[in-house]
Amino acid sequence: MSTIRLLVGTRKGALVLTSDGERRRWDVSNLHFGGWEVYHLKGSSVDPDRLYASQSNAWFGQLIQRSNDGGKNWEPVDNKFVYDGAPGTHQWYDGTPHPWEFARVWQLEPSLSDPDTVYAGVEDAALFRTVDGAKTWQEIPGLRGVKGHLWQPGAGGMCLHTIVLDPSNPERIFVAISAAGVFRTDDGGRTWQPMNRGLKSRNELPDPSAEVGHCVHRIARNPSRPNVLFMQKHWDVMRSDDAAESWREISGNLPTDFGFSIGVHAHDPDTVYVVPIKSDSEHYPLDGKLRVYRSRRGGDEWEELTDGLPQRNCYVNVLRNAIAVDALDPCGVYFGTTGGQVYASADAGDSWMPIVRDLPAVLSVEAQTLP
Amino acid sequence: MIRVVLPSHLRALAHIDGEVKLDVVDQATLRSVLDALESRYPMLRGTIRDPITRRRRPFIRFFACRQDVTHEPQDATLPDAIATGAEPLLIVGAMAGG
Repeated sequence: MSTIRLLVGTRKGALVLTSDGERRRWDVSNLHFGGWEVYHLKGSSVDPDRLYASQSNAWFGQLIQRSNDGGKNWEPVDNKFVYDGAPGTHQWYDGTPHPWEFARVWQLEPSLSDPDTVYAGVEDAALFRTVDGAKTWQEIPGLRGVKGHLWQPGAGGMCLHTIVLDPSNPERIFVAISAAGVFRTDDGGRTWQPMNRGLKSRNELPDPSAEVGHCVHRIARNPSRPNVLFMQKHWDVMRSDDAAESWREISGNLPTDFGFSIGVHAHDPDTVYVVPIKSDSEHYPLDGKLRVYRSRRGGDEWEELTDGLPQRNCYVNVLRNAIAVDALDPCGVYFGTTGGQVYASADAGDSWMPIVRDLPAVLSVEAQTLP
Repeated sequence: MIRVVLPSHLRALAHIDGEVKLDVVDQATLRSVLDALESRYPMLRGTIRDPITRRRRPFIRFFACRQDVTHEPQDATLPDAIATGAEPLLIVGAMAGG
């Protein structure tokens, strides 16, 4: 029977949760990296016991940890992220030029073919790659050349938070940056294009259709249909059917289309999950009810999922890296909250249960399906 | 032999129990002590000083013989009591709440 392993990053450490294919009973590891923020952990798809973790805090900076045994043991590998060449400037909050400064790693995305190759999305926004198992990192510099001098941080910092690799085309990579937008390369990172046509940021940008500057919170897709992408923007849930060449809004009947995270079913590329959040200044669910919304039609029509979720006095948030799916059938769906719960559904969202609670705020959840 | 006391997070990271005892060949300065510390424990590189600029991280403090020597030049000689191991050099994470 398959095993599901969840990798949970929190404000004060990381946990590894495991269950069998029933996904009813979960073993919870000890806290790894206690006291440190763990923005993200992820395993290699070709060597699932090879895990990478981003560990940081305000006192001691950034560390990258690596495990070769599925998260039982970890070793610090490297923490040098040096921007390529003269780093230049982006815009600061007051509109003045501000030098690029490394703060932390938000996202680790292992290559789909080599466990030693990993991409890292960092703040201030840039994309790095290692080809030696995280011993050394090099920036992929072309990205910041796409009007990087005009990028400006949002309140959460100017982070590259999402990296989407294309299983059918290793030269194609999508990234999303807050608050710059979506970018795509078709030549392995040498050149990049902004991919924000169709996004509208009426209350955030002086030009609502600007080429860059949109506050994209997360993009996701089913790997079997790599040209169809879904996006949770600051406001608006969006969809692209042409590899991000254009986007259209699919918020439909959502009670609010503000949110941070978005997930796609492992087997049905038109089944999408979001957790609507009240507003950009009220980061908690509408009416104190924690509701996942699922569309089975690729957007526009959404159904609320509440079975097992608190429907009163709930004021948590679900952050951008905190929705994950497993590859079993029925598909398992997971999300973590800033209130320290991780909720799981073993039936594609129909019902939910908290599999761990009272953790520090959950920053990221990843699911591994092991044979 | 120079004694160094690290904050708990860094002791855990480097798998250190108690104090670190370092042989520093050169004159005992903040720079020479930190160089020796990072040489012995490579996983600490970048945690006390920025890995690129080598500047002290903002929330790190250095105490020696009840004095805050954080803002002394990195090449200033540390007190004799530190150089001889009579007193430890304290590397401290700044206070913070939350």
